Amino acid sequence: MKKYDNLVTNAAGRIVPTIINGEEHVPFMGVGKYKPTGRKHAPSIASCADYPADGNKLVPDLKEALILAGIRDGITISTHHHFRDGDLIANQIFDIAHELGIKNLRWFPSASFSCHKQLIKYLEDGTINRIEGSMNGPLGRFCSEGKMQGIGILRSHGGRYQAVQDGEVKIDIAVIAAPTADAFGNANGVNGPAACGSLGFALADSQYADKVIVVTDNLVPFPCIPWQIHGNFVDYTVVVDQVGLPEKIVSGTTQVTRSPDRLLLAEMTARLCEEAGLIHDGFSYQAGAGGTALSIGIYFSEILKRNNWKARFIRAGSNKYPVAMLEEGLVDYILDGQTFDLEGVRSMRDNPGHVSTSPFTSYNYHGKGNFAGMVDVVILGATEVDVHFNANVVTHSDGYLLHGIGGWQNCLFGKTVILPIPLFRDRIPVILDEVTTICGPGDLIDVIVTERGIAINPKRTDLFEKLKGSKLPIKTIQELKAEAEAICGKPDKPRLGDEIVAAIKWVDGTVIDVVRRVLD
Amino acid sequence: MIATAGNKGKDVRSDCQVSLEIRQEGGRELVLESKVERLYGRQIRAQIHAILDFFDLEHVSLHLDDSGAVPLVIAARIEAAIRKLIKTDKEFLPEQLPQNMQVTLRDRHRFSRLYLPGNSPKLMLNAGIHYPDGIILDLEDSVAPDRKFEAAFLVRNALRAIDFYGAERMVRINQVPAGLNDIEFVAPHGLNLILVPKVEEAGQIHQVNEKIEAVRKEKGFKQPIWLMPIIESALGVVNAYAIASAAPNVVALAVGLEDYTADIGARRTNEAWESFYARSSVVNAARAAGIQPIDSVFSDVDDMEALANNVKISKSLGFDGMGCIHPRQIAVIHENFAPNPAEIDKAKKIVLAFEDAGKKGLGVVSLGSKMIDPPVVKRALKTIQLAVGRGLLDHDWMVNEQQ
Repeated sequence: MKKYDNLVTNAAGRIVPTIINGEEHVPFMGVGKYKPTGRKHAPSIASCADYPADGNKLVPDLKEALILAGIRDGITISTHHHFRDGDLIANQIFDIAHELGIKNLRWFPSASFSCHKQLIKYLEDGTINRIEGSMNGPLGRFCSEGKMQGIGILRSHGGRYQAVQDGEVKIDIAVIAAPTADAFGNANGVNGPAACGSLGFALADSQYADKVIVVTDNLVPFPCIPWQIHGNFVDYTVVVDQVGLPEKIVSGTTQVTRSPDRLLLAEMTARLCEEAGLIHDGFSYQAGAGGTALSIGIYFSEILKRNNWKARFIRAGSNKYPVAMLEEGLVDYILDGQTFDLEGVRSMRDNPGHVSTSPFTSYNYHGKGNFAGMVDVVILGATEVDVHFNANVVTHSDGYLLHGIGGWQNCLFGKTVILPIPLFRDRIPVILDEVTTICGPGDLIDVIVTERGIAINPKRTDLFEKLKGSKLPIKTIQELKAEAEAICGKPDKPRLGDEIVAAIKWVDGTVIDVVRRVLD
Repeated sequence: MIATAGNKGKDVRSDCQVSLEIRQEGGRELVLESKVERLYGRQIRAQIHAILDFFDLEHVSLHLDDSGAVPLVIAARIEAAIRKLIKTDKEFLPEQLPQNMQVTLRDRHRFSRLYLPGNSPKLMLNAGIHYPDGIILDLEDSVAPDRKFEAAFLVRNALRAIDFYGAERMVRINQVPAGLNDIEFVAPHGLNLILVPKVEEAGQIHQVNEKIEAVRKEKGFKQPIWLMPIIESALGVVNAYAIASAAPNVVALAVGLEDYTADIGARRTNEAWESFYARSSVVNAARAAGIQPIDSVFSDVDDMEALANNVKISKSLGFDGMGCIHPRQIAVIHENFAPNPAEIDKAKKIVLAFEDAGKKGLGVVSLGSKMIDPPVVKRALKTIQLAVGRGLLDHDWMVNEQQ
């Protein structure tokens, strides 16, 4: 079997395969153009008569659970990434698979982290054929160098739900590590020593996988409340000593930035939003957990206070900063997809205004709408942007795949999408003629804020109108690019091979771009 | 002998380290380790060869460990290493940006001046985006003694090739007489102002000016170079007026309190009574000489409230500006040195009354039932001038006001 085949040029102008890992894929057709028909995928019919009447689905260990769930060559095993770099379960799954001599697995995590780098040996020996999911750090590097046996596929959080729901990816076994669970399989992330807040990324897995295993280190008597994951979807439950390392679950990056340059970016972004009238009573915004985004949130709350306004909701990645806004009454709701610190966990557990969401409610392409499009201001990052406002979040300019898509693509549907990014990092300019990898089409990206000037997408004539007479340094994106090149020099194109190592999906499941092998 | 210049390591960014050995034969042996190799490796190698060509070095072993340095930094590091090994007057200069040939006016606002350690390229690149009134490339206390040689090349290149977005470009040289050598490096490259540290007598200012003129004659540059002596000792305070009036290009007199308090045997406190006399003396001496009095830096970079209070006290003592050591201090300093809305309002009323009296041919200016003395008018005019200069008041405010 060829790893990929049938190359075509898609609507973003990128050459992509339509056969990947032996399966058919649709090339990107443009935003909102691809609408598959037919019925959604469904797991096989279960009957409660087949399950213990007393509700006790406990099995002695993960190995037995995997064997009972039918682990075998070539199947798909999914995990979630709510434990981030503190995950202790995913590695064990593949240790067991290796021990059992199983080959050719597809690992379908919602994201992978550096803690999973020990899986490289299983990627090398063929236990794992490929990762379909965000690859951060060492795994991304491994994939970039063409060492993975299959082709990696990266999807957004929403795209992962879409792929599960329309049957593009059929999960054979979902392993859901849970900070708290009961023997029936009800589970949540808000209690227990490895509390991580939401378990939203595992929702699709619980609903659609053929077999579902819940693994916990904090077993409680039925009922486990809240039941973010319903035991009715669960086949087996397993108790282990520890599911995750709390200090690594709580991410160290969720601090407001102290860098004066990043604070300046945050300040300029907030000023732009205020001057353009994007902030108002009842407005909503999404800001990630990066230092700059958090600082923007603080400026937003100052603007709200000054005007005696209240935001309706914050779409989060939550931590102590939006929680403080919720508790100060500056916002009615936090709609939370992943929880970054213990303050976020506490708030989600105790505050009815802090709501756990999943990619289904916020991002899913096959829902009858989702709320991503209702968010007034969306603050996102990027590794690169090009003069057409296309942006990249997965590869660096040297060609290496080092980050996942996360909810980034899904958030692009917000009303005004702003990317605050430094004009250059070390010597590497961020604005290019053409991004290395297109993750988001320029049509959906409205403003680039850099420390040396702000570029507004020419399509947003309304923003130009509102910012007439503003003292903000509004420039064209070409001017910004020239400014960076005057300082850094124009970078050479990195040497990349023709060989494709990973595909990037758009939110609708079409292939928007590929990642090519990095040459030494 | 192997010469090195620059920095490397896990936390180093925008810098590089060069190790260089000059040999008798064997051609050029280059080793480049760069985190931007894939994007800039070819260009960096070409730059290395261009510099070696310039200095006629055919046989060398050169190791460059690069953490994303921009070309002007790479050039400064390589040149420093070369000139540690060979004696030459040749200088490998980066192209001078047109905006870095701009001269500054002697009376421009000097509310804030941002200190930048002279051997830290990372902090220099983005200094201008925070819009301080001035930037100081520091060759004195922030540079370790064994790094002063290489820092001079970096500062020279920064003066030529980094855009500081309109900030006045200053260099703090080392204490005279050692600092006189620094002048050779920096004066011909579009420098606007020299901070002369630890000045105790007017003679030191004369020495600096003699050196500037000597370099001017030799290198043939035209732009004026202003001086800002820093008073940092008891003797300096006593001689403050003589120093302030030592030469026509002395445009400001600054006080440095860290060294001053040590010199008088006191400890620096938040209340700052120990330096009250020094600060007041500096203000008085500067005003007597018709130049700007400039306050010391405030060192707690996390406490913006305390900084704001400090600036208010500084302004109330008569200072026209102060130093800063962190970009976040700039906005606070500007906001608190600039006239506040109430001050601007009052000044507008006084100036309008003054204009009105002039039109009516009245000798006395009055506002309501109150007579206004000429010094009050003068101060109001200064406030208005400041407000317009800082963009807080429209240029033609008077026209708008009278309509």
